[in-house]
Amino acid sequence: MVVYYLVTALIISLLLFFNRNKLVNNILVSAFLVLQWFFTIYEYNHINITELGFFKPDALAILLLFTLSIIAIPAFFHNYSYIHKDEDNPKVRAIYYAAMVVLVTAVGAAYLSCHIAVTWIFVELTTLSASALIFHRRNTGSLEATWKYIFVCSISITFVFIGILFLSIALQQAGSTDLSFESLLAKAPMLNIFWLRLAFIFIFTGFTAKLGLVPMYTAGIDAKDKAPSPAAALISSVLMNVGFVGIFRFYEVITHTSILPWANHIIIISAFLSVFIATVYMLKMKNIKRMLAYSSIEHMGIAMLGIAAGGIGYYAAVLHIIFHSFVKSALFFQIGQVYSIYSSKSIYYVGNYFKYNLLGAMVLLLAFICVSAIPPSGLFVSEFMIFIAMFEANYLFVLIPLLILITTIIWAFGKNMFKLLFSPPVGFDEAAIEKVNPVESWSQLMLLGLVIYLGLNPPAQFVFLIQEAVKNFGG
Amino acid sequence: MINVLLITFTISLLYLAIANRLLTYIKIIAFQGIILFGVAFIELIEISVINLIFILLETIVFKTVAVPLFLKYVIEKNHITREAEPYVPNFVSLIVVTFIIIITFLLANTIADVHLKKIYFVVALSALFSGLYIITTRKKIITHVMGYLVIENGVFILSLAVGNEMPMLVNLGILLDIFVSVFLLGIFVNKVGDVLKDVNVDQLRSLKD
Repeated sequence: MVVYYLVTALIISLLLFFNRNKLVNNILVSAFLVLQWFFTIYEYNHINITELGFFKPDALAILLLFTLSIIAIPAFFHNYSYIHKDEDNPKVRAIYYAAMVVLVTAVGAAYLSCHIAVTWIFVELTTLSASALIFHRRNTGSLEATWKYIFVCSISITFVFIGILFLSIALQQAGSTDLSFESLLAKAPMLNIFWLRLAFIFIFTGFTAKLGLVPMYTAGIDAKDKAPSPAAALISSVLMNVGFVGIFRFYEVITHTSILPWANHIIIISAFLSVFIATVYMLKMKNIKRMLAYSSIEHMGIAMLGIAAGGIGYYAAVLHIIFHSFVKSALFFQIGQVYSIYSSKSIYYVGNYFKYNLLGAMVLLLAFICVSAIPPSGLFVSEFMIFIAMFEANYLFVLIPLLILITTIIWAFGKNMFKLLFSPPVGFDEAAIEKVNPVESWSQLMLLGLVIYLGLNPPAQFVFLIQEAVKNFGG
Repeated sequence: MINVLLITFTISLLYLAIANRLLTYIKIIAFQGIILFGVAFIELIEISVINLIFILLETIVFKTVAVPLFLKYVIEKNHITREAEPYVPNFVSLIVVTFIIIITFLLANTIADVHLKKIYFVVALSALFSGLYIITTRKKIITHVMGYLVIENGVFILSLAVGNEMPMLVNLGILLDIFVSVFLLGIFVNKVGDVLKDVNVDQLRSLKD
């Protein structure tokens, strides 16, 4: 099934690339979404059955695949209003849609792959397709963002490759040449510590470019700022999860070795610094989209702290990244509409949003509550569990500064968000704005509703899948 | 023989540190391609013939001929001035690269491991860190690309160290080469030239916080 999915998606992407007709374009996009959902449900029904030797839909992959498929629908829907309003030329539009199909496919395949080298290949593919999306505007700003994104991602992908090479040296000494995660897990206690440490450092550093942690987070910020909003929503939600999957699966192997405490320290340092940097930048941030990007950095830092704390933290981290994907994509979709009203992302030139788009303003208010992890948001549940895990793991000296930083972030985020919602903007001409169709806010409301629902009342199957996903952790 | 080739490769890194013109950089990168051809040929002689031919073709056609010619084409097309324009004096660069080599050498000597060919480790890590150093200390975007190519050459050497047991990894490294050089850097450096007049990192500095 994976083969059919990849081939069909590739064909659809090629057709989109060569097609110049709007109607055909919409039909192809709908066909892809149907394919995506069909594939997701098929994999859900064939859980834990390895295909082709490289793809295995385990519980984590299924969860993230559903997240991807859910977010893909509004992403393509918002493309429609975004692109057609601007009267972009057909060639640029064709590249954009084709790249987005490739991005969604590559992200899905990266979740499913159970072989570290195959994951690596699909991560490369996400870089390629994401950079086509970032370059969409074709001006100096997007050029700079694309260049930085490509360069930093290329270097990090090389780092991951070096890590894989070190891992293979360790694996050879344990008498195996099979780099699948299962075989790594089985051989974990026999791996040479020295090579494993080097491998962990390089693989972790490499994947932080996608995950958005210190040290490689910088590329993602510019990318999310300059990419069109629907693309930015994908880049800051499902694409970040790709980095998470890469680190998660390798860390699973590490938990069965003696370097676990050392690896935890690395993760804690990196994650805490990420939250710290996010706080510092959010305090002085004047660009709303960049502020959202830094908020993603903060949430990924919190999720990785949950991983490092262990215990209930594993469960909470998976929960956290799923909820974060929904909330953050909803925010980016809505910010796209904000931008279409004010034609500015600077906090000085936006404001009084309640007056111009009531439903959109409600979405922003609700999304702010959700993203700050204030009840009834699902993120409150996951963050609370992460704090418990850190408390139980005796990481109080990290937890207390972390809580102070998060409080500061809520203040900084709220300050800008309430300015956008209530205070009048500087020198804004009301006459020119066009009426926004409330339909464009429904998808955001649904995503936020999903977060609240899953947080308050998680279905048994959802809980079971997350428990399945984290059952292989040792330590 | 392999030792001679790998040591020559390390010396080329030192030369890279003091090179002044972009054309010299290109020549060094092409020269490194030839060395990699030799190393791959001697080291991987045991793997299947088709795979070996593929790897050798990649080193000689791609690394030695295509990429340097393409870089030259980009420089001429975009009228990039011939100086490398480092931020630091060449003398300092030479010292730094020397220290990088010494440190990786000392690091490799601490490894008590019979399986590993230490010289691969030393040369690969030296190339990696020298490449990163060149990226951070040169002004032009095209020199960043060249620094990246040096890193890739280092990674290629490292993949040769495990190549006999896992030829798949060498192929993956080649995939990385082709993917990054052709699809991303190649197409993109052209685009940079179309949008910007003079290709300089300074112009790509407006996005910051």
